[in-house]
Amino acid sequence: MNSLRGKAAIVGVGELKPIKKAPDDKTGYGLAAESAAMAIADAGLAREDIDAILIEPPLVEPHMGPPSYMAEYLGIPIRYGATGATMGASAASMVWRAAAAISAGLCHTVLCITGELIDPMKMAMLMSKYEPGRGLFGPEEQYSAPYGPAGAPTSYAHIATRHAFEYGTTDEQRARIAVDQRTNACANPKAMFYGRPITIEDVINSRVISSPLRLLEIVMPVSGAASVVVTSAERAKAMRHPPCYILGAGEYISYCDLTESPHTTTSPVKESARVAFEMSGYNARDMQMVQAYDCFTITVMITLEDAGFCPKGESGPFCWETDMTYKGKLPVNTHGGQLSFGQAGLAGGMSHITEGALQIMGRGEERQIKDLDIGFINGNGGYMSEQTSLIFGTEATL
Amino acid sequence: MQIPKPLPILDDPTSAEYWAGLKRHELLIQRCKKCNHHQFYPRVVCAKCLSTNLEFVQASGKGRVHTYTVIHQAQHPAFAADVPYVYAIIELAEGPKVNSNVVECNPDDVVCDMLVEAVFDDVTPEVTLVKFKPAK
Repeated sequence: MNSLRGKAAIVGVGELKPIKKAPDDKTGYGLAAESAAMAIADAGLAREDIDAILIEPPLVEPHMGPPSYMAEYLGIPIRYGATGATMGASAASMVWRAAAAISAGLCHTVLCITGELIDPMKMAMLMSKYEPGRGLFGPEEQYSAPYGPAGAPTSYAHIATRHAFEYGTTDEQRARIAVDQRTNACANPKAMFYGRPITIEDVINSRVISSPLRLLEIVMPVSGAASVVVTSAERAKAMRHPPCYILGAGEYISYCDLTESPHTTTSPVKESARVAFEMSGYNARDMQMVQAYDCFTITVMITLEDAGFCPKGESGPFCWETDMTYKGKLPVNTHGGQLSFGQAGLAGGMSHITEGALQIMGRGEERQIKDLDIGFINGNGGYMSEQTSLIFGTEATL
Repeated sequence: MQIPKPLPILDDPTSAEYWAGLKRHELLIQRCKKCNHHQFYPRVVCAKCLSTNLEFVQASGKGRVHTYTVIHQAQHPAFAADVPYVYAIIELAEGPKVNSNVVECNPDDVVCDMLVEAVFDDVTPEVTLVKFKPAK
């Protein structure tokens, strides 16, 4: 059977420290380019070594041809260019699409780029002028916008409410995700909330935004950018860092708006993770780390259940009992997750890729997971609508 | 200047019949004449069999709260004065799910699977929205 298993590897990582206040003199594309240059340098490569670009374009900077724009901006002619287009999952999508293009012989070394410049004031102004059909999700918004949904927290609150109803999941159990990830962030000087540990009580006492979700269960929008270099397994061997091999990949998309989901509390991760594990030859029990998209606490819990880390409906007790810090039994989001690292728009999803790769390369510094060889990475888009699962491993796992 | 709440696109040919129905206080959903599938939102094709042979039929207005959230911090400034309010996914008796508000009750009294029925809210002279209240 044709498979991407071990065909390509991440060999370079570039990531900006998240920026709280959007810089006036930069653009999202500019930040993206900065991180791309860092990734090329980190791999020990030159511009000429890159022959493909995948990019998830900044949300608020419309452009008709993002790959050609980036190729021009960076001065890198390419044989293959495309966008991610799976929202938050785009970073994970781009990694396997790079591996697929390399495996098909279309190109050999791919830059996967994300970047976002978010100005909260500009976003608020856009919202106040908002009209259905002129937003980000097409004319169907006319059936929901008149009722006052409050953005992504509303849909994830819908998932959390139904999960609590079906399985008895508690606010304290969800809070565990936020607390353990904050512990991880306190070992990562790049994280937005470095040096600011929190307790379960802090989460429970933070104000309710969209019930049952509270402020400390919700990501903080920041500006930032992150990129990785993916190359063929053959080329990866000669590079300066130990390669982070892509052992498995799976993607599944069946709806866009949560209202159209057939299950609400069961996500497409069930299928994307199954395919990724099958390709890799490993299963959830073999995983020594999880880097899972975490726009909200509940996102991680649904992902853990649907990927098979615990039985369906039991992520509440599972998270409560499992040490998910970088020193724990199952380290989850060791950079702090987007909850504590910061969410740079659609670049937020790339932070799970960069962290997964750095850990596999043994470059996790203070938060390095001991004796690590293999891990599960998950990208999530929209309202758990787009799911992309990846398995990363060291040379020993090939 | 007060910022108005978002309103539907009344000149959208796909949705015009739906909004005209609500104006008459009728909740319309699509039925596929080929496979009898009911769907919402209105589309050009049946999402079950891809037939384009669709018609609008009047829904019973009965349903249940599939899930909900009480919004304490609005995103759109026009809703800021309404908090806390309930924004829910309602599963209609005919099958399709719709987004709406649960009204005429305390937000804290809303629970999943609670039975509800449609109420029509004439928000402007041109636009009527369908909301849901606890069933009698």
